[in-house]
Amino acid sequence: MHQTHTLKALSLAAVIGAAGLLPASALAEVEDYVIDTEGAHAFVQFRIKHLGYSWLYGRFNDFGGTFSYDTEDPSNSAIAVDIKTASLDSNHAERDKHLRGKDFLEVDKYPDSSFKSTEIAWDDDGTGTVTGDFTLRGITKPVTLEVMQIGTGPDPWGGYRRGFEGKTSFPLKDFGIDYDLGPASTDVEIILSVEGIRQDG
Amino acid sequence: MRIRNTPDSYGIVAVTLHWLVAATVVGLFALGLWMVELTYYDDWYRTGPAIHKGIGILLLGALMLRLGWRLLGPQPEPPAGHRPFERRAAAAAHVLMYVLLFGVMLSGYLISTADGRPIDVFGLFEVPAIISGLPGQADIAGKVHLYLAITLVSLAGIHALAALKHHFVDRDRTLLRMLGRGSATETAADSRAPSRAPSHT
Repeated sequence: MHQTHTLKALSLAAVIGAAGLLPASALAEVEDYVIDTEGAHAFVQFRIKHLGYSWLYGRFNDFGGTFSYDTEDPSNSAIAVDIKTASLDSNHAERDKHLRGKDFLEVDKYPDSSFKSTEIAWDDDGTGTVTGDFTLRGITKPVTLEVMQIGTGPDPWGGYRRGFEGKTSFPLKDFGIDYDLGPASTDVEIILSVEGIRQDG
Repeated sequence: MRIRNTPDSYGIVAVTLHWLVAATVVGLFALGLWMVELTYYDDWYRTGPAIHKGIGILLLGALMLRLGWRLLGPQPEPPAGHRPFERRAAAAAHVLMYVLLFGVMLSGYLISTADGRPIDVFGLFEVPAIISGLPGQADIAGKVHLYLAITLVSLAGIHALAALKHHFVDRDRTLLRMLGRGSATETAADSRAPSRAPSHT
């Protein structure tokens, strides 16, 4: 009697184990990608309204990161990006100097910014949301990017690539920037456009 | 007052240029410190820096004129009553102030021209960017500009205190000479008389 129970428990454990192995075998479908910053097929763009009359675009030139993509279950993917804040570039040296200074990013004190995904929800149509911890100016807060896959496939040089674009926006003051740029310019949009090269083998 | 210097006194050109440069440096220093604290919606947010740059370029012209005049004409000897230490210190301070002036102006130029944009001088003419695109150019030049300017104004303050000391404590002609007055030979029939002032000790 006692023994039967044990056997039952064992077989149950085996079933659970087998079930548990299924996602484990799905894990084998997870592809690892390095964001192609070397070939500059990736961009960390931002834009903010100027006086409410136009969009001002800028970007961070120095960043890097990786992502994984689960072909069976895209929600099981992940992304991490590190950004060097001093590499800010809005195509105007004096404005960049101001944006790097204490009124904005204070890059001497906070040279690093990062984004690390915590939760990904993927729809069947190739769009989804990526929620993660965004660190800027020493403050870490969750932000959610609206993401879509742009495309994927082999490249002409024997590699395999996959690309996404994600957008989010947040008030500058969420990250301790309270410089008055006017009522139309309180929020900044971040556009993360990445192409990853699959790391095979 | 003569146009040119004599071995004993400053002429009107040297005196004018001296006080013009002095007033401009103090004015630009105050304007510079003030304008960087302005916020985006201040009326002076754009005009402050524009004036600062325009005057700065004109100051460079005045300074070159001043150096040229100095090299061209006779340079008055130090007043006879000055001790060897005072002569050496004064000469060193003068050289250092010239070096700092050029350093401040060069670093200011490098901020504004960091991305190849020229400096506009009141719409009259533009100074083209010759050196641009150095790594961190605007930021590094900005720091150098501030610290050199602080050093320059501090040294000019010591220079002014020394002049006041000569005037009120030593009661000699050091300050009066730079006001275009007080030459020992001013009223003398023979302007070539040796400038050995009566000993006042």
